Amino acid sequence: MASPSSSHPGPRRYSRRVIGAGRSSRPGGPAADEATLVAGLRAGDEAAFAALIDAHHSALVRMAMVYVPSRAVAEDVVQETWLAVLEGIDRFEGRSSLKTWIFRILMNRAMTRGKRERRSVPFSSLVDPAREPSEPAVDRARFQGPGEANPGHWSDPPRSLEGVPEERLLSGELLGEVSRAIEALPPAQREVITLRDVAGWGSAEVCNALGITETNQRVLLHRARSKVRRTLERYLDEPA
Amino acid sequence: MSLRDRLRRRRLSDRPACVDVVEIVTDYLEGALSPADRARFDTHLDGCQGCRAYLEQMRRTIDISGRLSEEEIPDEIRESLLVAFRSRRASG
Repeated sequence: MASPSSSHPGPRRYSRRVIGAGRSSRPGGPAADEATLVAGLRAGDEAAFAALIDAHHSALVRMAMVYVPSRAVAEDVVQETWLAVLEGIDRFEGRSSLKTWIFRILMNRAMTRGKRERRSVPFSSLVDPAREPSEPAVDRARFQGPGEANPGHWSDPPRSLEGVPEERLLSGELLGEVSRAIEALPPAQREVITLRDVAGWGSAEVCNALGITETNQRVLLHRARSKVRRTLERYLDEPA
Repeated sequence: MSLRDRLRRRRLSDRPACVDVVEIVTDYLEGALSPADRARFDTHLDGCQGCRAYLEQMRRTIDISGRLSEEEIPDEIRESLLVAFRSRRASG
């Protein structure tokens, strides 16, 4: 098989599936596809690196923001991470996925930058959600009480999104509200929702990267999403 | 019922109330419910506009979170990273 750069003009194209970007890709991808990408990076194929950074950079910035005080510092940390990826790619053994490996480099750098006193472990690995006070997904006041017609059923139900103009749902303002809501979450919840919903990682990948069980991950995700949904609802309830 | 189903503990009563349904929305979306619980959830939603709206809002929330990572990498940063790549790794 001809080498990518020899007989073809122009950059080699790497599919997003190979890169493992986005929520539609299968977590982990087939080993052979990732090997192609790693080989491209090692062979000095700029298109491989360009595709990798285009696919992952902004998710990595969001991840770094979980650990460091500002977006500017997060950007710094991510750039350092990319440089570390370039330095270390020859030593990458493929025991984890490329994505997980990059994330671990990021997390180590972000935690060092964040000047954490304790040993560097993910926030969520320090939390046992079962031992935290329970948080109802929705304010109990929104449901009928024991003396009412249908106890436990909605008394103040959420509105359907039908009839809400799509521009309102796609607005930069709402995006900003959601971003702030995520930033305001307790760190372990923020960590999980950032990897799952912002970065689009699968459940197994996240458990693996953070060293937590599926159950714990699900509880943290549930609490995080419940809070962020409230932000969406508040935004929609405001007059347009 | 498979072993896996038996190991997934029952989460919903036969005619669940909305206050319980909203607590297992995440399990539902994760595919972590037993088929029996999933059926109870679906049946409840068929008859409950409030919970349908809740699920819809939850899906939309997840969607919007995903858009936070669709920001484009700033040009200067992208370029400086490619320069770094060229000096460290480019072949030839």
